[in-house]
Amino acid sequence: MKTNALRLLAAAAFFAAAPVSAQETLTIGFTVSQTGKLNNDSIAQVRGFELWRDQVNAAGGIKAGGKIYKVEFVSYDDESQNTRVQQLYTRLIAQDNAQFLFSPYSSGLVATAAIISEQYGKVMLATGAEEKPYRLGSKHLFQVYAPAGQYLAGALQALKALDPNAKIAFVYKDDPFSKAVAVATRDLAAKEGFKLVLDESYSPDTTDFGPIINKVISSGATALIGGGHYPDGATLARQLYDQKAGLKWVTLLVAPDSPNFSTLDKAAVGISVPSQWEPQATFKPDFGPTAEQFTKDFVAKFSIGPSYHAAAGYASGMILQRAMEQAGSVDPEKVTEIFNKMDVITLYGRTKFSNDAKEHGLQLGHEMVLAQWQMKDGKLVKEVIWPKSAKTADILY
Amino acid sequence: MIGVLASIIDGVLVGAVYGLAAMGLTLIWGVMRIINLTHGAIIVFGMFALYFLASMLGLPPYAAVPISLLFGFSLGVALYWIVAHRMVGRPILMSLLATFSMNLVLIGLGTALFTTSPYNTPVSLPGLSWSGYTFTGTHIVAAAIAATIAGFLYLLLYRTRIGKAIRAVAGNRDAAELCGIPTTQVLSLAFGLGIALAFVSGTLIATLFPFTVLSGQTYQVKSFVVTVLGGLGNPAGALLGGVALGLVEGLATPFMPVSWIPIVEFVLFVITLLAFPRGIFSFSRS
Repeated sequence: MKTNALRLLAAAAFFAAAPVSAQETLTIGFTVSQTGKLNNDSIAQVRGFELWRDQVNAAGGIKAGGKIYKVEFVSYDDESQNTRVQQLYTRLIAQDNAQFLFSPYSSGLVATAAIISEQYGKVMLATGAEEKPYRLGSKHLFQVYAPAGQYLAGALQALKALDPNAKIAFVYKDDPFSKAVAVATRDLAAKEGFKLVLDESYSPDTTDFGPIINKVISSGATALIGGGHYPDGATLARQLYDQKAGLKWVTLLVAPDSPNFSTLDKAAVGISVPSQWEPQATFKPDFGPTAEQFTKDFVAKFSIGPSYHAAAGYASGMILQRAMEQAGSVDPEKVTEIFNKMDVITLYGRTKFSNDAKEHGLQLGHEMVLAQWQMKDGKLVKEVIWPKSAKTADILY
Repeated sequence: MIGVLASIIDGVLVGAVYGLAAMGLTLIWGVMRIINLTHGAIIVFGMFALYFLASMLGLPPYAAVPISLLFGFSLGVALYWIVAHRMVGRPILMSLLATFSMNLVLIGLGTALFTTSPYNTPVSLPGLSWSGYTFTGTHIVAAAIAATIAGFLYLLLYRTRIGKAIRAVAGNRDAAELCGIPTTQVLSLAFGLGIALAFVSGTLIATLFPFTVLSGQTYQVKSFVVTVLGGLGNPAGALLGGVALGLVEGLATPFMPVSWIPIVEFVLFVITLLAFPRGIFSFSRS
């Protein structure tokens, strides 16, 4: 009896001492706009993070440098407020010991989070289009979205192909993202030879676009480009339809990308939107799932189709994982080196970051597509209309 | 010139709805000295009422208006007995804090249930076109309904015994009590009316624009501006103040960048208050 007990003890000690890939935890911190005006898009983004995390952990975790890391998130509600982002990212780093960071959604909040992440030397993958944070000497900030300057390039190219003499009314929201898009778009419109017959920003609190639309009509515009985020974009689209503004082309930022935009019914028809990604995208990924597989998995988990915010969230996780695996480490400096050299294609498209010190981390590889709401068999669907290589339907003009 | 006229008319039409929204706020303040910071949340409830009644249950959109009035009134009476009753006669700061807290709870609940996605109830009516400009049927009908409700409220307040009782309590509650007026019931009635007005204004606004759970905040701010412009406690003044605000928005837009409109509104607001401290349409009471 005593001998058997000793044998058992020896066996236990042997197995305990045997070399096994110990599982460690990788903590990624971020804030979510669970309340406030950015709630809708931020939740979509977080779902992308969560799908990636669940799939990685189900496959055993991230394998880097002989170790296996189980991904854990620490997140808080930033209430769509900059002040909360500032407090919470400090907490994520200083108290929660987050090793890597994802940014909040939207340019305004990213700018605030980036100040904190750079201060502490933390790698952060950012989902905001404004270029400014990357021109402030950042070293560990990496942009997942195509920059704001590219947002309306496709719309202008498509419009030029249809009507080079189009008169454009440029009406956009007075916020950091929309203004960044506006600055770049003016230059692009001038290069394409367009005439801007109206160029105005509106307050984020605008509820009635009637007077603005009357101004658009007075200007003789044949195309309208602009908008901002959700509620204003949806209201502008509806009122353009109600007031029969007579425009042949309308491109609005962000709002028409939401599946909820279809509740505008006939007012949605013909409205186009620049998109970071669409489920119909046919990128051939270097690693990870295709867009089609990602969409299936997303729908299976969340019972709703993924928007580009969700795809970008998922891609953020994937490229972070890839960088760690290639670095063989979770050391931020080694991961940063890999990001600096990265040029990959995922379900989300191409990802390549700028190494230029003047705009380090700016996204260089990712391109926007232009989607448009069209009636198909009596149902409203969103089709990709530009670039021609990616289109799923002809342009409605 | 036609564009300017079109903007003015548009502004006046929408302003009537702003005025209706403000009438509820000013009635509650005038009668019981409560600043109701749940005003915006009640407006949002009214918006969702249209969505549920029209988009989900399939009722004609304007059938939601009398339902909203009745439901809003009932909700207001219930809220009075649950919450507002305890604030009457207390310091104003208490009602501010209590209603502010309640507003946060309601908006938080709404966000958890509906997120901040935009909702829309398509309402289509033939409009009037003039030289390329269109005055939408929905705007015209909304303004007409707002004016009608305001008219009925005026008749109630100035042509009925109940209205007389409300005005008596607003003027001097103790004296009204001594005259045999059941002031507590009158206050609950007035609160119910105020909430009903806010509720139905949300329903009307939702026939014009898409909305989210957070949409009420902007209308709440406009309601405060309109209420102060029109004279605190003066429902007719609130309606006129709303029309005036809409007029300013419509008149100024053709002549300057639209981003300047909020600045113009608030500068005029400050100048008006300096010239008319009790509001443009306020009449001094004995």
